[in-house]
Amino acid sequence: MTHKARGGRLVGTEALARVEGEGAMYVEIDGDEVRDVRLDIYEPPRFYEGFLRGRAWSEPPDITARICGICPVAYQMSACAAIEDAFGVDAGDPIRRLRRLLYAGEWIESHTLHIHFLHAPDFFGVDSGIELAAIDRPAVERALELKKLGNRIVERIGGRAIHPVNIRVGGFHRLPTRREIAETREDMARATDLAEAVVDWVSRFDFPDFETTHELVAVQDPAGYPVLGDRIVSDRGLDIAVGDFDDHVVETHVPHSTALHAHLVERGEYLVGPLARYSLASAALAPRAAAAARAAGLGTRCRNPFRSIVVRAVETLHACEIALDVVEDYIEPPAAHAVVEPRAGVGHGVTEAPRGLLYHRYAFDAEGTITDVSIVPPTSQNQAAIEHDLWHFVEDNLDLGDDELRRSAEVTIRNHDPCISCATHFLDLTVVRS
Amino acid sequence: MTRPRVAVWKFASCDGCQLTLLDREDDLLAVADAVDLVYFLEASSAPDDGGDFDLSLVEGSVTTPADVARIAEIRRRSRSLITIGACATAGGIQALRNFGDVRELMSIVYATPAFLDVLATATPISDHVAVDFELRGCPIDGTQLVEVISASLAGRRPVIASHSVCVECKLAGNPCVLVASATPCLGPVTHAGCGALCPGYNRGCYGCFGPSDSATTGPLTEVLRATGLDDAAIARLFATFNAWAPGFREVAVAAPGGEQR
Ligand code: SF4
Ligand code: SF4
Repeated sequence: MTHKARGGRLVGTEALARVEGEGAMYVEIDGDEVRDVRLDIYEPPRFYEGFLRGRAWSEPPDITARICGICPVAYQMSACAAIEDAFGVDAGDPIRRLRRLLYAGEWIESHTLHIHFLHAPDFFGVDSGIELAAIDRPAVERALELKKLGNRIVERIGGRAIHPVNIRVGGFHRLPTRREIAETREDMARATDLAEAVVDWVSRFDFPDFETTHELVAVQDPAGYPVLGDRIVSDRGLDIAVGDFDDHVVETHVPHSTALHAHLVERGEYLVGPLARYSLASAALAPRAAAAARAAGLGTRCRNPFRSIVVRAVETLHACEIALDVVEDYIEPPAAHAVVEPRAGVGHGVTEAPRGLLYHRYAFDAEGTITDVSIVPPTSQNQAAIEHDLWHFVEDNLDLGDDELRRSAEVTIRNHDPCISCATHFLDLTVVRS
Repeated sequence: MTRPRVAVWKFASCDGCQLTLLDREDDLLAVADAVDLVYFLEASSAPDDGGDFDLSLVEGSVTTPADVARIAEIRRRSRSLITIGACATAGGIQALRNFGDVRELMSIVYATPAFLDVLATATPISDHVAVDFELRGCPIDGTQLVEVISASLAGRRPVIASHSVCVECKLAGNPCVLVASATPCLGPVTHAGCGALCPGYNRGCYGCFGPSDSATTGPLTEVLRATGLDDAAIARLFATFNAWAPGFREVAVAAPGGEQR
């Protein structure tokens, strides 16, 4: 919509599409000066941190999964990491390998959905992945097959693709059967070929020149490319233990958002997600993903949010290779889960959701009843940086007409794959010009 | 022939139930050929064209004053309206606020609750408008979703079993986890639809499909007590994604985490 407001121009969208959850965007321009840029998040809050108080230590993996239907595994993995930290439980390497396999399934499924159904339509000037199928049906069919192969991992290891039932603190309710491992091996042999073709496909899109200036933050994973770990690092020297997250990140509540904004103390806005992971750890990519990234023209770092679609494709291929590695050298854990003995204390956990670093903290009493909870999803951490990027993008493109400006600004937001359902535990573009 | 106009709507939810449609990889392009997906914000930036709908699929529960007006308008414009999932059908996990004081929850999560415009309750769609069919599950099952869409467009009643997870378990040939290992399980009172998933993974059902049509929780709570659960733990078991559904609500009300209840 375009409104004339206060004698000026106001361009906006009532509801941002192809993002998870509900939000809008608002841009106010006075002559050639940008007055205000806001990402309005009006997704109604659901108060998870409130009603988790008083519940048992065993409940967060099932309950917090429901914060987001797109990345439930991420919630389950960060919850398990935090609770195990509180109780001094070491799940052991074989369980961690199975967690990487499950997580690889979610990365493949979530990234493939975002690349083809949420993001690629912008590069073709169409409204949806379904319309994209009319232009390039083989690409959409390939995407559907790849997404299905990712979902099948989550179904086999987790029980079902959305809100898996097989995850518990300490590990799993039951271990995968030999047959489930063998079937996954066949699936991933096929998936790596499909994912390689996707990298090539997205690398041919047209990308505007734009660089984000924010500090890039990700989990440091002792096993390589960031997924699981207990330290948090940045490209500007941040290097902290997960337990110190609260001392370094502040969340503030702003009027236009039901998602809390996060900042780094004395450092300001920052960005988590594919660009951060890639720029910090591209050297740790699996061999075919590393080769595909080179062929796609990505350097060792990537600060262009429009190219995040290429990074997601590279990460999808990497996830296929990791999954293949786990099933080819499958080490059966000694038990489905480690023994868990609750005790009073506080635990912190971080893992890399498809959209970036996801932090959980739980405090328990001696019986293992939850007394306090804090959950900081990737989109809350990115919201301030996205607004900042949007501001600069609008400033650099004031000569565009309202419709074109609105369309490009929406793309600027979708580059970051914001997950609004997560962030409100976000979006409508409005541009006002005067 | 003009294709039926179908819309997908979101209220307070996790997006998981609408994602179930995008997860039907083998059917998605065929569904998109058979129907005109005129409004589906998660998947398309095509704006609401202001027209009527042959079928509206509604995810999520009503939690804000604006939601109340929006669902009434959607109903007015929809020939058939089907709710998808526990949020839309029973209020979802956010309906836990219905047992307590929403202001207290707001102050736990937000520094400035005054910025928020929310209702004290999270309620199912059927509390506000007439609903033609309610599909259960957190999340819904994809095969059942395709069945309700097909049935609605053909003008027939969907074929969806109304018995319990317990019956599905027997059909699947699972050993009973309650009997075999005294694992607490809500299968006897939970609506079928998942194919008895949890017992197949060595755990008890936690009721994500909500109460079955004939659910009587009294005898089951006795059995659960015998597995060693205390009353608070039993109440907690019912106080999740379908806590506000009649049948589960009466037991869930005693759950802790709401000493203010
Ligand atoms: S019913 Fe469950 S899966 Fe469906 S939208 Fe609600 S929380 Fe998500
Ligand atoms: S067994 Fe129960 S909790 Fe598990 S998926 Fe089925 S209905 Fe949901």
